[in-house]
Amino acid sequence: IMASSYGAKEEDGHHPGSAGLGGAAIRTKKPDNTAFKQQRLPAWQPILTAGTVLPAFFIIGLIFIPIGIGLYVTSNNIKEFELDYTGTDMSSPCFNCSQSWNSTNTCKCELFFSLDQPFESNVFMYYGLSNFYQNHRRYVKSRDDSQLNGDERSLKEPSKECEPYRTNENKPIAPCGAIANSMFNDTLDLFYIDPNGKKRPISLTKKGIAWWTDKHVKFRNPGGSNSNLTTVFKDTAKPVNWHKPVYELDVDIENNGFINEDFIVWMRTAALPTFRKLYRIIQKNNDMTPTLPRGNYSLAVTYNYPVRSFEGRKRMILSTISWMGGKNPFLGIAYITVGSICFFLGVVLLFIHHKYGNRNNSSDIAS
Amino acid sequence: MTWTNPLTLLRHGWTRHWNPDRPVRTVVSNLPFEDLKKREQPNRRYEGNAIRTNKYRLWSFIPMNLFEQFHRMANIYFVGLAILNFVPVVNAFQPEVALIPICIILALTAVKDGWEDFRRYQTDQQLNNTPCFIFSRYEMSYLIKRWKDVRVGDFVRVLSNEIIPADILLLHTSDPNGVCHMETANLDGETSLKQRKVVPGFSSLGEPFQPQTFDSTVVCENPNNNLNLFKGYVERPDKRRTGFGIDSLLLRGCMVRNTDDAAGIVVYAGHETKSMLNNSGPRYKRSKIERKMNTDVLFCVVLLFFMCLIGALGHAIWLETFSSMPSYIVPDSNGNYTPSVLAGFYMFFTMIILLQVMIPVSLYVSIELVKMGQIFFITQDVELYDEELDRRVQCRALNITEDLGQIQYVFSDKTGTLTENKMVFRRCSVMGTEYCHEENAARLAVISGANEEEEVTIYQQTKLPPLFPLEELQDVHTGDKNHANTQVTAASRRRSKVAAEAQSDMETVVVPDRKLILEVDRQMASIQTGPYLDFFLALAICNTVLVSSVTAQRQRVRVNVADLAGAERVGDVLRALTHSTKTYSVQQICQKVISSERKVKSGLSGSEEVCYEAHSPDEAALIHAAKAYGFTMMERTPHYVTVKLPDEALLKFEVLDILTFDSTRRRMSIIVRHPHTKEIIMYTKGADSAIMERLGNVFSDCCSKIKCVEQWCGWKAVCFSLKVISEQEFRAWSAVRQEALSAIEEKEERLMETANFIESSFTLLGATGIEDRLQESVPETIQALRRAGMQVWVLTGDKPETAINIAYSCKLLEHEDLVFTFSTNRKVLQCQLTNASVPEQSLICVSQPVSSGKLGCIGLVIDGPTLSMAMSDELVEQFVELCKHCRAVLCCRVTPLQKSAVVKLIRQKLRVMTLAVGDGANDVNMIQAADVGIGVSGQEGMQAVMASDFAITRFKHLQRLLLVHGHWCYSRLANMVIYFFYKNVAYVNLLFWYQFFCGFSATAMIDYWLMIFFNLFFTSAPPIMFGIMEKEVSDSTLLSLPELYKRGQHSEGYRRSTFWIAILDAFYQSLVCFFIPYWTYNGSDIGIFAFGTPMNTVSLFTIILHLAIEIKSWTAVHWVIMIGSVLVYFIVTLAYSAICISCNPPSDPYWIMHKQMADPMFYLVCILTTVVALLPR
Repeated sequence: IMASSYGAKEEDGHHPGSAGLGGAAIRTKKPDNTAFKQQRLPAWQPILTAGTVLPAFFIIGLIFIPIGIGLYVTSNNIKEFELDYTGTDMSSPCFNCSQSWNSTNTCKCELFFSLDQPFESNVFMYYGLSNFYQNHRRYVKSRDDSQLNGDERSLKEPSKECEPYRTNENKPIAPCGAIANSMFNDTLDLFYIDPNGKKRPISLTKKGIAWWTDKHVKFRNPGGSNSNLTTVFKDTAKPVNWHKPVYELDVDIENNGFINEDFIVWMRTAALPTFRKLYRIIQKNNDMTPTLPRGNYSLAVTYNYPVRSFEGRKRMILSTISWMGGKNPFLGIAYITVGSICFFLGVVLLFIHHKYGNRNNSSDIAS
Repeated sequence: MTWTNPLTLLRHGWTRHWNPDRPVRTVVSNLPFEDLKKREQPNRRYEGNAIRTNKYRLWSFIPMNLFEQFHRMANIYFVGLAILNFVPVVNAFQPEVALIPICIILALTAVKDGWEDFRRYQTDQQLNNTPCFIFSRYEMSYLIKRWKDVRVGDFVRVLSNEIIPADILLLHTSDPNGVCHMETANLDGETSLKQRKVVPGFSSLGEPFQPQTFDSTVVCENPNNNLNLFKGYVERPDKRRTGFGIDSLLLRGCMVRNTDDAAGIVVYAGHETKSMLNNSGPRYKRSKIERKMNTDVLFCVVLLFFMCLIGALGHAIWLETFSSMPSYIVPDSNGNYTPSVLAGFYMFFTMIILLQVMIPVSLYVSIELVKMGQIFFITQDVELYDEELDRRVQCRALNITEDLGQIQYVFSDKTGTLTENKMVFRRCSVMGTEYCHEENAARLAVISGANEEEEVTIYQQTKLPPLFPLEELQDVHTGDKNHANTQVTAASRRRSKVAAEAQSDMETVVVPDRKLILEVDRQMASIQTGPYLDFFLALAICNTVLVSSVTAQRQRVRVNVADLAGAERVGDVLRALTHSTKTYSVQQICQKVISSERKVKSGLSGSEEVCYEAHSPDEAALIHAAKAYGFTMMERTPHYVTVKLPDEALLKFEVLDILTFDSTRRRMSIIVRHPHTKEIIMYTKGADSAIMERLGNVFSDCCSKIKCVEQWCGWKAVCFSLKVISEQEFRAWSAVRQEALSAIEEKEERLMETANFIESSFTLLGATGIEDRLQESVPETIQALRRAGMQVWVLTGDKPETAINIAYSCKLLEHEDLVFTFSTNRKVLQCQLTNASVPEQSLICVSQPVSSGKLGCIGLVIDGPTLSMAMSDELVEQFVELCKHCRAVLCCRVTPLQKSAVVKLIRQKLRVMTLAVGDGANDVNMIQAADVGIGVSGQEGMQAVMASDFAITRFKHLQRLLLVHGHWCYSRLANMVIYFFYKNVAYVNLLFWYQFFCGFSATAMIDYWLMIFFNLFFTSAPPIMFGIMEKEVSDSTLLSLPELYKRGQHSEGYRRSTFWIAILDAFYQSLVCFFIPYWTYNGSDIGIFAFGTPMNTVSLFTIILHLAIEIKSWTAVHWVIMIGSVLVYFIVTLAYSAICISCNPPSDPYWIMHKQMADPMFYLVCILTTVVALLPR
């Protein structure tokens, strides 16, 4: 379609003979002799020769290998501890809880572990789930961002995307949707067991586990400055799986309702079926002692969250953190590997070039 | 209002538009019915003059444009997917958002269409509202009305230099001879004036034309698009019929020239006019790449199908693994879970929606944009610009630019394409004596060897005088000679820049042969008649050349009317005098009327300068030759031809009839009454064969003449002959002729019969040889095309000798070549023989290349009749087989239809890309039959150009057009298409790999808006720029190494294998782009969209850098677009993730990009992934 009409335009401008009739003011049709129109713009023509390719290989190799080593070392310096508390094993303390799950009565279990090395600096405490497809398309969709942003109308009238977790007994659910409904609700408490056997609770900070922007911009409680969340959420129902309504998530007004950080963290859906989410932060002490010294610890779990239906696992993870995030040796190894391959290829090519390139040249001259 | 039967109304409505039962159209004057209602008008059936070329109206624009756009399969596909997205169970994205890309594409196209349509509407309005004069019965005069008010049956008056509003049957002109000149430049580009005659019987001289008295009925054929054919008759109330033809029809769009005013009755109006019917617009051809590409799109569809199938099966199996539904599987609104098989089935469609980008939406739009850009650069090429004609190369077909790079067979016309089609009079033969015009030959040599600047001038000066002693020259000729001499010197000095001017002088200036001059003078002085005089009279008269003085050519010629009358008076005196004294010397009479004659001359032209407007260059050459010998045609009206003799006497012949030239008869005749003898004489000129076979009264020296003509193989031979017709014979013939003229059915056949009847038993007067010079650098061009692997064929209507000669001179045939000549002159006799010989020959030829490899070069010369035999069913296979082994094929004496048949044959049998190049109307068929048709705008009008895909001005431009632009366009487009496929597959596969980690639930980890932008903005400009501006090899390299062209011929740029390699490459890169981030972030607390952002970035880098590796030459534009794309990506993404808090519900891009860009891991991942993805390159 485009082609045909372009042609018509071309013809409009071109009536043979009409230019000739123009008389003295002959408008010549000679194309402008500019570099652009004549396709003679100064051009840089990179030609891939041994002279340009070989240094590229070496440079890539030389840059990548140090980066890789740096990454690998950093990753190795990160201390990480994982504890599976799913309770699928008969021997596990949480076995009973995992077998007989119901939403009414809570089940508690306690696990003991020991750290071989002290954890310096801030320690991040994660809960990890595996085989939990938070990235399922319909699950991802099942939320109402404007409700979470404090929109009054969405609070009364949640988005259709939340179905079937939109209304309960003709009351709108707040927060609606499957993501909120399936929020992780185990409670984890960490205790340090003194060498003399005394259990000392470790203080876990729940502030700052969510993104600042999420807490302050993206998530807002409805009702604006009205601090009485009970009245704000008066006409709403709690999500079916929740034990308590959204305005009772925390006693702290700054961490209650939609801006509860545990809730915000959960609402940021994970990319992969095996994931961890930040649960608490163990702040570094002011004194010189490590945050988590070597020794024995116990983890007290209030076991609420069922994972048996999808054969999932639940973990508690303690990890220090560096500039590159959590412990992951992959990137370092990958950099080292790629750098080495480049370097190796460079050497091989240099060898080939040295051996056969000259021969080619000489044969060219000979012929 | 009375009640009318709805059926009749319906019938009325039907007949108004189309009446298939009526083979003719009857038009009567509208004037008696002027005040009747529209329904009762006799001409109501015919269309009005208002035109509407815009496709859409305001209210119907959107539905009609959408309908048009949905003719494209891709659009239907995408709209189908968008609609599918509205089905709740399968939707993958927000349904409204999913509509955006297709809407943008549809809207862009619609805006463009709408704009162009609006422009058409504006021009239509402008035309429709142009004023014109229509006769009104009430006012009894012509009223100024608008073009759109003109109806069939109206009387319209057109003044000089006005554009004719409709097709008008000419009934009256201000010219006393009843002629009207019109310029058809708007229609076919020919600037020469065409003469139109008033319908016989209406040219009532002097008295004003009164339309109200017109009571006849005009009967003519139904509207058709043939510009050169029109027939019908006027029936008087008393049943007398007068025939008329195309020479009485004023065509819409043409301009009246040299005539004060012309009036006539409108026979066709509006869209039924011949010019509108011819205006078919540019053609739409599908190029080879596009055809191939469409199959690859199908491959993509198959691939997509498999990917979706994997997704569907995967989803079903994944669901089956759960014994009870986990909390992250969302039930439907009733709380029920869909069975896994059904869910898998739904998932299939969801996957199609998710992975739809696999089929490149923007590919078609991009290709059109790229072709527009390519055409822009082709037309801008200054090397293809013709200074002389002030014309660039024209691209008329807009979507086959890359076909220029894949041509395997070139079919060329000879005259006007390989040669200049500027005829130079070379020699003539009268009464068996040959007169070689060696001076002309010498001058020709000067021009063709223009590179030896100064020597040429010396050569010229030294050579001419001895051959041409000054004292022997007559006054006229010295003038001519000096003129020529200075011209030549000047030309060689100024070299090729002004060579054109000198060349046009070449044909007008003929240096007469000394011997012949003497001979003419002797006869002139003694007997006043004789073959020499007759020969030159024939030369001067027997043509259709129009005379116009240089100054009066384009003016209103009111002054001339009086002078013409004066000329007539002079003629009368002359006639009276000659009548009384037959043997009286004309010179004496002339002296008597010299005073009045001078007056005429000054009025007519003011000087000796007479300007001829010839339709064909050979006519021009001949009439200039006659002029050189003193036989100057001074004037031509429909009824008289005036010739000035060497002794300044004027001879005024009454023209009784003209049998115009046509390609089947290959001759034209003019029947005149000699002013002295009152004899009716028919002068005929034609191709030698056309004349020779009809010679009646054979001279004794006929044989030698023929022999002599045969020897002039290099030149076009035109024979002249004469026939004296007795009065009764002419009268009888004339009656038959008139009948034939007024016939409607089989008019051409009957006219042909009458012409053939009278054109027999001639007396041969003599023959002329005209040379057509080769255009500059034709041999080089042919050599280059050959080296580029193209087979060059020449198809010409000329005789074999001429064609072979030209073929040798343009290096089509080499002297060491083995040349087979097939020809059958005696058709019936040799029919059997050739039938047997052709296969035999072909067998020899087939074995020849094998046995005698060193020769290898076989030329084949075949003539028309033999060709038609060779192309008969039983021989065609052998013929094609034979042609495959020939280096050059030359087809002579072929008709236009045969030309196109040959092209079609080769195209179909060998499945090759063909190109046809030609300049004349006889090449139109061939141009249209070929894959690429090239028109040479030259001497023979614009028909070939109008039919062509590309129009050039010189044959040598073909070299650059094919070798440079063809190669570029081909490689650019091929690479771009491949790249497009690659780009889409690479990107879509990212999503596909993700499906393995999200339970095949068709989740996209990239925000949908960013996905749209990714294709629409971030990665669309670089490939388009790549397709327009890439230059892998410079033009000078391409020109010096034509062998590079073979890459395109064998479609090496775009093969199935390259396609699959690109797809595999895309798979590899997408794997890298997915899995490096995957392993990096596996097990961490990364969110979906935070996971998708580095992937999106990485694939952008990979895709752009992939292109950067492909690009062979970087200009500033490249840098700007490449870096610009990356910058636009970051700016848009940052802005988007800063603004969008909850704007696109399923995804939450808020602040993700910022978060990512603050993370050093992001950059490390980007660098590593890009390097790994591109490492194999």
